[in-house]
Amino acid sequence: MVVYIIKRLLIAIPVLLILIVSTFILMYAAPGSPFATERGIPPAVLANLQAQYGLDQPFHIQIWRYVVGVVTEFDFGPSFIYRDQDVNDLIGQGFPVTLTYGFWSFLVAVIVGGSLGILAAVRHNTWLDYLAVGVSIGAQVLPNFVLAPILVLTFTLWLGWLPGGGWQGGQWQFVILPVIALSTSFMASIARISRASMLEVLTSNYIRTARAKGLPMRRVIFRHALKPALLPVISYLGPAFVGMITGSVVIDIYFSTGGIGQFFVASALNRDYGVMMGITILLGALTIFFNLLVDVLYAWIDPKIRY
Amino acid sequence: MFATKSVADDLAGAAPVKGRSLWADARARFLRNRAAVAGLIVLLLVAAFALIGPLIAPWNNEDIDWNVLGNVAQGGRPSLETGHWFGTDALGRDLFARTVQGTQISLLVGIVGALISVIVGTLYGAIAGYFGGRIDNVMMRIVDVLMSIPYMFVLILLLVVFGRSLLMLFIGIGLISWLDMARIARGQTLTLKGKAYIEAAVATGVRPFTIILRHIIPNLLGVVIVYATLLVPSMIIYESFISFLGLGVQEPLTSWGALINDGASEMNNGTLWMLLAPLFFFVITLFGFFFVGDGLRDALDPKDR
Repeated sequence: MVVYIIKRLLIAIPVLLILIVSTFILMYAAPGSPFATERGIPPAVLANLQAQYGLDQPFHIQIWRYVVGVVTEFDFGPSFIYRDQDVNDLIGQGFPVTLTYGFWSFLVAVIVGGSLGILAAVRHNTWLDYLAVGVSIGAQVLPNFVLAPILVLTFTLWLGWLPGGGWQGGQWQFVILPVIALSTSFMASIARISRASMLEVLTSNYIRTARAKGLPMRRVIFRHALKPALLPVISYLGPAFVGMITGSVVIDIYFSTGGIGQFFVASALNRDYGVMMGITILLGALTIFFNLLVDVLYAWIDPKIRY
Repeated sequence: MFATKSVADDLAGAAPVKGRSLWADARARFLRNRAAVAGLIVLLLVAAFALIGPLIAPWNNEDIDWNVLGNVAQGGRPSLETGHWFGTDALGRDLFARTVQGTQISLLVGIVGALISVIVGTLYGAIAGYFGGRIDNVMMRIVDVLMSIPYMFVLILLLVVFGRSLLMLFIGIGLISWLDMARIARGQTLTLKGKAYIEAAVATGVRPFTIILRHIIPNLLGVVIVYATLLVPSMIIYESFISFLGLGVQEPLTSWGALINDGASEMNNGTLWMLLAPLFFFVITLFGFFFVGDGLRDALDPKDR
């Protein structure tokens, strides 16, 4: 197990380096400049600016400096637009917000989705099952950027129960709508996956044996059926995590929550290369790390897997 | 004696038994599935809307109705008299024409994205699965690496760096969409590889690439088609997501995501039709693809028989 974890970590390092280098090359190749203005800057000033940010150096020196800065000091360099802040400051501002509603969304999606799916399978072909299937099909066609306006329309404009945006340090009223908008489609997927796998498990021979022994249904489900039924859900957690990170961009824009997604799109429009690269690398690293975590969890739970 | 003879005569006179191919079987199963057929009809209607819409729309999608401008909440309502069947957008442009145009772009992106993924992914997966060993290992590691990158951010990066255009959108979506398909095709190829007819092909000296193209890929088609129908809606969602962020196709071109975004930002002004018209087409199309995909899976998946 330990060997496996170490091996996976060793694979993660080159992947991360490839990500850093390729985003840097992309940014380097990009036309346009963060310093371009409508009036144009005198060449001397521009040269000074570029020297200030190290943009006058040859390519290999720039990329070496950047990679070394990121790897050794976790320094993503300066922002080219917000002159008094560097990328770390912006990420430091936005990341706790993203993490807060992301964490809750993930929890809601897994717990609500998982129990909905299990319940639907246990009560197969009852109204509960149909309800769960209906909800998950409905949620599938409502990705977060569609759901967000509908939620605001309903709960803010018509009912007036919840604020339609803002963060206010993460008070609960401001967290609810972003969490619902972000978690619903993943909740639906998890419900569908766990229902299908639970149905499969419940018809398997060892469950029939357990029931034939006269074990109460509750015990059969929790002790025997639950663990194997949740394995496909665990392998879905990786893609769900990536999807939620992507969706956080919509949440940040739509609800003005101030997470890093907001900075990402703003920097994309402003050609603020430093911020874009910083956020891409940070999220890439997070994704790689999370996938590692999921794989380890899977290997730990599934006795069939030997590494 | 007589009885036997008549049976024999009957048999001789009867029309030869018609074999049912896999595809005829699948078609019959698909047509029995009501939800799938309804989904297919919805999709055909949406396609007809995208194709015929421009011919019947009284307004052009770029023209501004100056009578409406400044008074969109009242004058821009959906009505038959003004010719704005779906109303107008905030700038006084006819929403029917714009929705038609957005539908064209969204469907195009969905179908082209799925096509790229089918072609690249199937070939890649089949090659990796067929050759196996080290080639397989390296090829699938590459897929793993690409999968662990938050591709949406890379796609946005690409759009920013190389400029926003439909071509760039296709390339960007094509770059990421084939990964899942490659995995599925590889898994399926691994099970096909052991089949006797592949062995026979190898034994008669057919070259590997001919085997892949002639014997492996046709047998992958069932799985690939099912997955491709489910891929089209996810491509549409990707594109809409990008457009929602304002990074997709550029005005005056539009797409469902861009229209939904426009409608959502005008929600406070009592002009709900701007949100509802594109949302309606978006939702029914996704429903249609999901139902057709499920129906195809039930019809083609040999496991469920």
